[in-house]
Amino acid sequence: MSTTDSAPHTPDFPSDRVNRVSTAVQVGGGPGRSRSITPWKVFREMPIMVKVSALWLLFIVAGAIYAKLDVTVFNGSLPLQDPNLQTNGFNAATGEFGTGEPLEPISSSHWLGTDAIARDTFSRILHGAWVSLVVASVAAAFGVIVGGFLGSLVGFVRGRTETVTMSMIDVILAFPALVLLLAMVSIFEVRDLFVISVVIGFLSIPSYTRVARANSLAISNREFVMAARAIGTKPRTILFREIIPNVLPTLMSYAMVAAAFVVVVEGSLSFLGLSVQLPTSTWGNMINQARRDIKVDVSQVLWPSIALSVTVLSLNQVGDFLQKRRAVKGSSL
Amino acid sequence: MRKVILTRLLRLAMTLLAVSFLTFLLVALLPGDPIDGILGQAERTPEVEARIRADLHLDDPFLVRYFRWLGDALQGDLGESYINQGQSVMGTIMDRLPVTAQLAFMAIAFALVLAIPIGIIGAYKQSKWQDSVSSAAVQVALSIPNFIIGIFLSWVFAVKLGWLPATGWSRLSDGVVDNFKTAILPASALAMTQMAIFSRLVRADMIATLQENYILAARAKGLSDRFILARHALRPSSLSLMTIVGINFGALLGGTVVIETLFAVPGLGFRLINAINDRDIMVIQGITVFIATAYVVINTVVDLLYAVIDPRIRKG
Repeated sequence: MSTTDSAPHTPDFPSDRVNRVSTAVQVGGGPGRSRSITPWKVFREMPIMVKVSALWLLFIVAGAIYAKLDVTVFNGSLPLQDPNLQTNGFNAATGEFGTGEPLEPISSSHWLGTDAIARDTFSRILHGAWVSLVVASVAAAFGVIVGGFLGSLVGFVRGRTETVTMSMIDVILAFPALVLLLAMVSIFEVRDLFVISVVIGFLSIPSYTRVARANSLAISNREFVMAARAIGTKPRTILFREIIPNVLPTLMSYAMVAAAFVVVVEGSLSFLGLSVQLPTSTWGNMINQARRDIKVDVSQVLWPSIALSVTVLSLNQVGDFLQKRRAVKGSSL
Repeated sequence: MRKVILTRLLRLAMTLLAVSFLTFLLVALLPGDPIDGILGQAERTPEVEARIRADLHLDDPFLVRYFRWLGDALQGDLGESYINQGQSVMGTIMDRLPVTAQLAFMAIAFALVLAIPIGIIGAYKQSKWQDSVSSAAVQVALSIPNFIIGIFLSWVFAVKLGWLPATGWSRLSDGVVDNFKTAILPASALAMTQMAIFSRLVRADMIATLQENYILAARAKGLSDRFILARHALRPSSLSLMTIVGINFGALLGGTVVIETLFAVPGLGFRLINAINDRDIMVIQGITVFIATAYVVINTVVDLLYAVIDPRIRKG
């Protein structure tokens, strides 16, 4: 390990005083920092299960983007079946009936078989991944940007702003998450990906705000913030140059764990038929549709269930890893 | 102590006020005219419409409607369903609540029965294979959404083995055995996630407790490991366990929505989904406020109990 790369020492093995001070200067010092964290470096540090999880997430993201590109840019010319084509139905383009059948088993033409109305399951899972990906990313963006800023701000300025903001946050958190979400989505007559992402994104803000505030409170009492205050730096500059840059990494690793929760919530919502409307495939609505034929064919329930569960597991694994890693790094601040 | 209780109760009242306002606001934003739902297919004449509007005070300003509704709600009256005419919302809730509460209770009980031994093993055999296996299992249980667990449980025990009914509900008053048969699958599906949360907590707590000096003293006295674990090490963990059980019980009242829908269990959550599909404003509003209130009240009670039990918090 090189000297610029601060080694992940364990919390019960405190580093020497000199190291602490020098790191504090580096992190707080902005342009002078020499430490660079590349994704590749982080990946190499991961235990094997976390590596597998990260690879699965990469695969899901790539698959979702590929499926989306296929439909939007390439007009379905990429090698992926149309997710909504009923392969046993009449094809107007060729003037013939399709050769597919409902509930086909795994084959080379249908990698995960077909669903109850002969649509290709593999393609529907990739398109469903796009929904989960967008909802999770939008929620993370809302949380990090709005919640992160709000939390950093009120943790730094304190006073009445903090009291008012946090009591509003507490009211939203007083609802069980799914119940408030249900009440909110029922407002919308058209539920497309945009609406669902924004609603879930909005509801993500409170928990991020709490995390950001707690971190901001701690950082505001650090030596480098006091030093900045002492030399007369403007509060706004301290907020943007000292507080927020140090809150952000923690929020990023929290975002992974939060994303796992969001994917479950979106899955539950679409299972209830209250997320993005049909025929758009989501993992939740695929599971809901396939469970009607569970007596005949359990595999069609299994595939989307695996996609959903493994994604949540992977997000948790990677998120936990990043949080622990961050905690270790943070302890040397 | 009295001051702690008073401030807590004041905060509770403020939160509940805000919660009710937010719910009312959300539901007031629902598109469409409630008249459409009330009249349904019935013949509409301007007179009938005007009478209903006047009866339900639909044309009053928002705040007037809110305070009238709040005033009624404080007296236990959440209005009447617009769709099922004459059905009181409070009556529906009281009818459905026992079902949901039973599911939540059973889920927590199942979860505790599994979680405590798993947590203890994880802590006692920390970093050994028993710990790795149970931690991995807990991670997996935590990551599978409860409706997926429910589907596969029902596939195995209802479809394949035929031991239990796949859907439906038999009231407790119609016989305990029948009731238990319909409750066991939904409750188990709910229990898995809770089990994972509880056992993680027990494990982490116990690992900390086992390093305490009094455990060392107990060992030095020659007490058996089993006795130490059960009598000395578990007890301090029961405090934080109690907190999380209380909070999760409150959360489960709202969290059973998906499982109740999956198993067609006539509880609060299932009714909420029906109301959302029917756009039955009064029922959506009533159930949402009721669940949120129960959740907040339970959290406050847990907080206060905690203070009663733990003198450090009481004095601080």
